[in-house]
Amino acid sequence: MTTLTHLQRLEAEAIHIMREVVAETEKPVMLYSVGKDSSVMLHIARKAFYPAPPPFPFLHIASGWDFQALLDHRDRTAKEYDLELLVEHNDDGAAAGINPFDTGSSLYSQTMLTDPLKAALTRYGFDAAFGGGRRDEEKARAKERIFSFRSASHRWDPKNQRPELWKLYNARKNKGESIRIFPLSNWTELDIWQYILLENIDIVPLYYSAPRPTVERDGQLLVIDDDRFRLEDGEHSVERSVRFRTLGCYPLTGATESEADDLPAIIQEMLLATSSERQGRAIDKGQGASMEAKKQEGYF
Amino acid sequence: MTDTPTVYRPEALVADDIDAYLDTHQHKSMLRFITCGSVDDGKSTLIGRLLYDSKMIFEDQLAALENDSKVSGTQGDAIDFALLVDGLAAEREQGITIDVAYRFFATEKRKFIVADTPGHEQYTRNMATGASTADLAVILIDARKGVLTQTRRHSYLAHLLGIRHIVLAVNKMDLIGYDQAQYDAIVADYTAFANSIGIAEFTAVPISGLAGDNIASKSSDTPWYDGATLIEHLETVEISVDARQQGAFRMPVQWVNRPNLDFRGFAGQIASGTVKPGDKVRILPSGKTATIGRIVTFDGDLDQAVAGQSVTLTFNEEVDCSHGDVIAAADNPSGTADQFETSIVWMDEAPLLPGRAYVMKLGTQTVSATVATPKYQVNVNTMEQMAAKSLELNSIGVAEITTDRRIAFEPYNDGMNGGRDLGGFILVDKLTNATVAAGMINFALRRSQNVHWQNVDITREAHAAQKNQRPRLLWFTGLSGSGKSTIANLVEKRLHAEGKHSFLLDGDNVRHGLNKDLGFTDTDRVENIRRISEVAKLMTDAGLIVLTAFISPFRAERKIARDLMADGEFFEIHVDTPLSVAEERDVKGLYKKARSGELQNFTGIDSPYEAPENPEIHIDTTAMSAEEAAEMIVDHILGNGAAQ
Repeated sequence: MTTLTHLQRLEAEAIHIMREVVAETEKPVMLYSVGKDSSVMLHIARKAFYPAPPPFPFLHIASGWDFQALLDHRDRTAKEYDLELLVEHNDDGAAAGINPFDTGSSLYSQTMLTDPLKAALTRYGFDAAFGGGRRDEEKARAKERIFSFRSASHRWDPKNQRPELWKLYNARKNKGESIRIFPLSNWTELDIWQYILLENIDIVPLYYSAPRPTVERDGQLLVIDDDRFRLEDGEHSVERSVRFRTLGCYPLTGATESEADDLPAIIQEMLLATSSERQGRAIDKGQGASMEAKKQEGYF
Repeated sequence: MTDTPTVYRPEALVADDIDAYLDTHQHKSMLRFITCGSVDDGKSTLIGRLLYDSKMIFEDQLAALENDSKVSGTQGDAIDFALLVDGLAAEREQGITIDVAYRFFATEKRKFIVADTPGHEQYTRNMATGASTADLAVILIDARKGVLTQTRRHSYLAHLLGIRHIVLAVNKMDLIGYDQAQYDAIVADYTAFANSIGIAEFTAVPISGLAGDNIASKSSDTPWYDGATLIEHLETVEISVDARQQGAFRMPVQWVNRPNLDFRGFAGQIASGTVKPGDKVRILPSGKTATIGRIVTFDGDLDQAVAGQSVTLTFNEEVDCSHGDVIAAADNPSGTADQFETSIVWMDEAPLLPGRAYVMKLGTQTVSATVATPKYQVNVNTMEQMAAKSLELNSIGVAEITTDRRIAFEPYNDGMNGGRDLGGFILVDKLTNATVAAGMINFALRRSQNVHWQNVDITREAHAAQKNQRPRLLWFTGLSGSGKSTIANLVEKRLHAEGKHSFLLDGDNVRHGLNKDLGFTDTDRVENIRRISEVAKLMTDAGLIVLTAFISPFRAERKIARDLMADGEFFEIHVDTPLSVAEERDVKGLYKKARSGELQNFTGIDSPYEAPENPEIHIDTTAMSAEEAAEMIVDHILGNGAAQ
């Protein structure tokens, strides 16, 4: 008897889910944030349909305040694997002066992340979108289905979720409605890292520690990724060895001081860490149930 | 109180030798289990404790937890582990868990996925959901309360969903002073019940989720207990997907991979058994045979693949095989059938409608299926079989199901041969797309057993009974342009979706054939309606629900039609649109032609319309939409027991 390891089982499950979506929906898309979870999803998508290429495009919502290294990684990956890459950006929001420095984080993320996502899904007519969300990230996500329904206005109704039994996913929906699919629902952060190590998956270098220009603000270490970063009075750039556990818009994503510059060191640090992953993101702060509220509004 | 903890302490290994740690972790297996019990039995507390003891709680979460515990906790200033697990905002306020939440933790030996399923009586569907993917069930009992109604319900459901490993966790032992006699009494009580429903084995553990007794480490307060701790037990029970490798090979085909003309592969996740190149397989339901050519994966071709793996298979022969088919061992294939006895858990607010067509999904097969009137419903408190005409939300029953074509299947309880993947199914409502039920195939009905040849003529009643409906004639009457055909069409669509057998007679399908020799004189109009009435009557004799949509302006002809039918079978439906409104719509431009004299004998202009005096149904089209009218008619027809 061969005992499958938990990673083999999680991978087989994710492949099963991706194939179900391709078999049962009309126009799927994979949301590609270029982060580590997205990188794992992309890797599994290449496995699921091999020797065919993944039969769907990859959509990146670019806020305009993305790390440059992330954009470089995105373009290099798309070219290397010959992906159909779609990039969506809210030009109107940017023109109206919405930015992470002056705009509140809630309005900013709604305007530059959630709105363009919804706009792109509607404009291209995607009826299914893969996301990299995991149930271990946040309490609201622990209860979300793997196939999660969205109304025509992209809202999530946590009270009205379809029961999911065995590995039977009901993908039937009315016109205008769509599904968000989370193939990595049952993975933990450690699983993701271990899989990246095991499968030798190329990830954005920002996850590895390196000397970077930083500034300390509101208890967070921010990296000055380009010259749009405004230093406030008394602030000045300090070079520190830092890395990121999660990648969002650069002015809103806190780095951690670290010397971990390879995967075992990152995993070691993660396992010994005392703060959970999303703490680095300003967007999740506020009252306990705020992620649930954002999800209801259409945030991924 | 606990002894020196044998709790998993990964920090030392992580800090000293990360590579060794990663190697250990990489080879862990995975066990999925559910926890279930009544409200206040301490499920959430237990899970919170498991996360805490296995170091899956980070410090910021712990800080938030301590804070939350003071504000809304139930443990005074102590940590309320339940708050760590209870997720959605509404639930937090109510203080009860109302959905299935999945949690993760790991020990030195295994990774675990826990489905936290609700104990609240009305949420049986969530428990079934959590149980469907679980290898093991932890049934929690409050030691002060003993075996309750909910305990029975959850045990029955866990057993029904084929969970082989049951753990009886007698919780809150600290609150009964770790009293062995009380514990033994509870275990004896549960044993009697478990045996009565066919649970042959279970493992009982005395615990305290709050104090940590016998969770990760042995409690010094229960010296009389010599069994394993809860975690030890979870670390050592058999994992069902591994056991399934011993069964016969089955793989439902999810997707046909055709990147180019030279490659044709069949993608799926293996439900049971193993497969190797050269193996003879049978493709179901067609029954054609083929030989496995390659087992293709991104990481290279495999020499062998086993249950649980997602792979792509190729055949040496050119054989038809598509999405929904099952590839099975040629010498030991799955059965195929189109009638089954099934156990059903109803999960929707709207009850089961026997005879109605639902979408059925089993494995990767999607078919249309009708459920017969249940043989019985199970009272989950007493396990009594009770007569039932339908199944309501959270009820469990046994009923026969007929699919519109043969499907490959396994009895659900034949887990070794892929029963979970090929015997479990969901039913989906065709109109709302909601998942309304989960079911399990008990066995297929053999045609020879099921068809009873009777030495009698096939009567009108027999025709109708076969269709599970009563014959009806829905006679739509109204002015030209009143909306008769539109509404009749919508009514028929809804009837069709409800699984009813119907036929719509209208100008299009009658005037061009049967009645093409008739014009529009009064005599011809009467003959037209007479023929339509007779055809409709024949169709109702065949058991159909017939809809007619003709102006039929004269009371007398409509009475002829009515008199042909038995009492209660004729429904006159007046689609009432004022002449001015119909003339203004003038969809076909007929009123204009009639006004200009181009058309003679036009109803409402130069020929009378005799409105019904006492129609069974009156539709005011100025007050409701066609959809609303159709809904009202269908409710009226089906709601008064007419078509059932």
